[in-house]
Amino acid sequence: MKIDRRCFLSLGIGGAAGIALSPLPWKLADDSAIWTQMWPWTPVPADGEVTYVKSACTLCPGGCGISVRKVGNRAVKIEGIEGHPVNDGGICPLGLSGLQLLYGPTRVKSPLKRTGERGEGKWEKISWEEAITEVSKKLGDLRGKGESDSVACISGSDKGTVPALFKRFMSVFGSPNFMRMPSIQDSYEIANNVSMGFIAQSGFDLEKADFVLSFGSGLIEGWGSPVRMIRANSSWRKAGVKVVQVEPRLSNTAAKSDKWIPVNPGTEYALALGLAHVIIRESLYRKDFVQAGALGFIRFRDLILSSYSPESVEKITGVKKETIESLAADFAKSERPIAICGRGQGKAQSSLGELLAVQALNALAGNIGREGGVFAVNDPAYIAWPAYQADETAAAGIKKERIDGAGSVKYGFAKSLTNRFAGAVNSGAPVSLLFVLESNPLYSLPDTKAVKDAFKKIPFIVSFSSFMDDTALNSDIILPNHVYLERYEDVPATAGLSKPVVSLARPVVSPQFNTKHAGDVIILIAKEMGSPVADAFPWDDYQACLEGTAGDKWKILNEEGFSSDPAFTAQVVNTFPGKFDISGGIPDFTILFASVSHEGDPKAYPLFLMPYDSFRIASGYIGDPPFVIKTVEDTVLKGKDILVEINPATAKANGLSAGSYATLKTPKGSARVKINLFEGIMPGLVAMPRGLGHTAYDNYLAGKGINVNELIGTVEDPASGLDAAWGIRANLIKA
Amino acid sequence: MKEEQNHEKAKRFGMVIDLDKCTGCGACMVACMSENNVPFKEDESKKLDSITWLRVYKLTNGKPFPDAEICYLPRPCQHCGGKGDHGHSPCVSVCPATATDYSNDTGIVSQIYTRCFGCRYCMAACPYHARYFNWWDPVWPDGMEKYLSPNVSVRMRGIVEKCSFCFHRYQIAMEKAHYEGRGELEENEYQTACTQACPANAITFGDLNNPGHAVHELKKDKNAFRLLERLQTNTKVYYISSREWVRRAGDNYLEKEKK
Repeated sequence: MKIDRRCFLSLGIGGAAGIALSPLPWKLADDSAIWTQMWPWTPVPADGEVTYVKSACTLCPGGCGISVRKVGNRAVKIEGIEGHPVNDGGICPLGLSGLQLLYGPTRVKSPLKRTGERGEGKWEKISWEEAITEVSKKLGDLRGKGESDSVACISGSDKGTVPALFKRFMSVFGSPNFMRMPSIQDSYEIANNVSMGFIAQSGFDLEKADFVLSFGSGLIEGWGSPVRMIRANSSWRKAGVKVVQVEPRLSNTAAKSDKWIPVNPGTEYALALGLAHVIIRESLYRKDFVQAGALGFIRFRDLILSSYSPESVEKITGVKKETIESLAADFAKSERPIAICGRGQGKAQSSLGELLAVQALNALAGNIGREGGVFAVNDPAYIAWPAYQADETAAAGIKKERIDGAGSVKYGFAKSLTNRFAGAVNSGAPVSLLFVLESNPLYSLPDTKAVKDAFKKIPFIVSFSSFMDDTALNSDIILPNHVYLERYEDVPATAGLSKPVVSLARPVVSPQFNTKHAGDVIILIAKEMGSPVADAFPWDDYQACLEGTAGDKWKILNEEGFSSDPAFTAQVVNTFPGKFDISGGIPDFTILFASVSHEGDPKAYPLFLMPYDSFRIASGYIGDPPFVIKTVEDTVLKGKDILVEINPATAKANGLSAGSYATLKTPKGSARVKINLFEGIMPGLVAMPRGLGHTAYDNYLAGKGINVNELIGTVEDPASGLDAAWGIRANLIKA
Repeated sequence: MKEEQNHEKAKRFGMVIDLDKCTGCGACMVACMSENNVPFKEDESKKLDSITWLRVYKLTNGKPFPDAEICYLPRPCQHCGGKGDHGHSPCVSVCPATATDYSNDTGIVSQIYTRCFGCRYCMAACPYHARYFNWWDPVWPDGMEKYLSPNVSVRMRGIVEKCSFCFHRYQIAMEKAHYEGRGELEENEYQTACTQACPANAITFGDLNNPGHAVHELKKDKNAFRLLERLQTNTKVYYISSREWVRRAGDNYLEKEKK
């Protein structure tokens, strides 16, 4: 048969129609759809027996109880423990993401020794024996040369047995330089020392307060123990407790408060003094509590009655004098009012003047040391180890002045002033070896350039980090700690709690990598160094130390997961009326109560940059895990660009519009930013979140946004040595 | 006998979210992601393709400084029952594959991943943007797939997913109840992951039909409202706000509209 054109076409068309009418194409389409959904790399999670392990979260100082769901030997979900005194079932975004840290790519998987330049990321895996020998040898050499005090340790916390072991090691080794990362705790400690005569934390009985006056504290944004604070906020809503928020930016706390009072930034102290003026003038204060007849109070009274009238405070703060009058009356006439300070999450210090002005309000209301008020809380009581024998080197070493100056003649009220560390090293204080424990100072301390310069001057940096964070990346040797879900550790929750709780972190899963408990490592280093350092560590290992320290509470900690027995956790000091001295013997009030003078020429830098804290961006030792960075709004982070908040009026004055790029310049540096217009911020301010701009960690976090610490600096408070900076002068130039 | 019949009455699981308590912390979003094996990408700042079964929106009142106000609004799937609760949900009525269905027993709108072929008709139909499409296969960094839960299937490229009111938790609780010879659940036996995690206790979850459950009374609060009520989607997520502008924003009122 001859196939002509006509025949060819009809066969072709007929065939195509036939196939189209058959189920074949539909079957193939369906199969390909199913086939493309069945890729072998789509994981099928294995099933297994479901169990729950009670433990404690260590990702912030909050100290929440957690219950971890396991399937077989895998941990699959973290939940809050119902009935736990801190969080009662609630949990925050960071706590929920702990498993991404445990199983994540940022873990340091074995001890590492640097082979390339610092920060280059070239490492050699070494054994634990080699690592411990190397560090011990370096320490031994320094001690032998009589330079034991040139060893320093920066720790994220100074509470609990692991920091206590490091502190003990430093002392018996012969160095006074155990430092903890700066926070508002430093300021509260100094303020308590000044006004009451002893170093203690402040605890707030917020659940029972009936009026809360917050000077910029992010009460529901991570201040204190974050979950507990959010619970307290819900109880205030229910009970109709009035919350007043004083700050220049409409934070979430301000948005949730009953009254938001925008105040010129850095003048919070003046507003507090203005309120005190009205309270004293109207005689609304507890005379017995503040020792009305004592010299200290009379000086304070005379100063504020003469210099801080509502009229003059209005000029400083921008708050109307009528508002000051009515707020003061509301505060003083409440039964249990509390005044709180510590900006944002309290990650930065505040000046002593601000602390004393705010604490004076609590004292005037007589609300210190009683229900619904402020308490002085001592350090946890359960760590009482036998004294050790200090040899001559140790005795001489710990008598030397600390690198950060805390406890010296000039900074006598302070216990730790790590904010001064970088400056001191850069001006020649010798540090030959630095331990970094559960902290990320290279990232978290303000004035990154100065901190980097200081770190360059330190010949040997030992990181104990579980993660390849910014500081670990720039260290010489990493001795990776277990993650909290792999280890035993006592977790004292002291952040702002008036009734401290000690929880127990327990291993939920076995160690995933070749890591070692930092408590064990410091004991091994001590033993390697021999007598007398080794003699101060009589325990076989950390576990023995912890069990011995907990004593008869060990059983309860294991069964219930926590103890809130005051005899065990921490002593709350009774502050009797008449024991509170507002002036604390400070001779000169003019340096105490003064506006912070920020560096930079106001003409070249007409704006102010203020860092702010967000619940969705972790800015401490831990960086944001993938889940949490996913919740960050696109008005804060877009791609790799950071957005800064400015008032539309500021934008107009600078020729900027929403979404446009600009160069943000400060005396410390400059950065390319995007503009987000926000009606909730005072004109003239530029707000940037803390916690972005990491150089280390994984691709989910690294390189996104700017680290605000690169743009800000520190301003030393002449009265205390604390960092009084709330921001820095800045300029925005259209890019 | 009569009581027994009452017990077998259909349930309408729903939520009441107190916006006065919600602080916008985002714990509910992360609790949901972690409970339901929700994937993540390197860049999640393109919010249109960022899979968040529960998303917290930030609302502003539009007024200038210093009268500006913020309110946060968590938005899970609203589990619409449609007019008369006959399951005429916007998404269910358009799905050509019966991949999403309305359960008359629980009032929950389901999503069956293996049936979905990714036409995204439901996404167009949903007035709440509660549905998300998997444009890519999910990828977990090496080792991180260890935390995946076996209770929720991992989704693949090309399908739509959304909040299920943690339906697997209902199944597990029912299995346990049946094993113990009970036909009914206690209120606290079935709670969603977001409800459980919320540090502010802003979310209350339960059977809207059951007078013994807290949501039954809470939904009658004078400040309670639902989103886009005028569409008659008859949603099962109620919100409470003492601020009028928030309640108005919930129904997308035009600026000069009166009500």
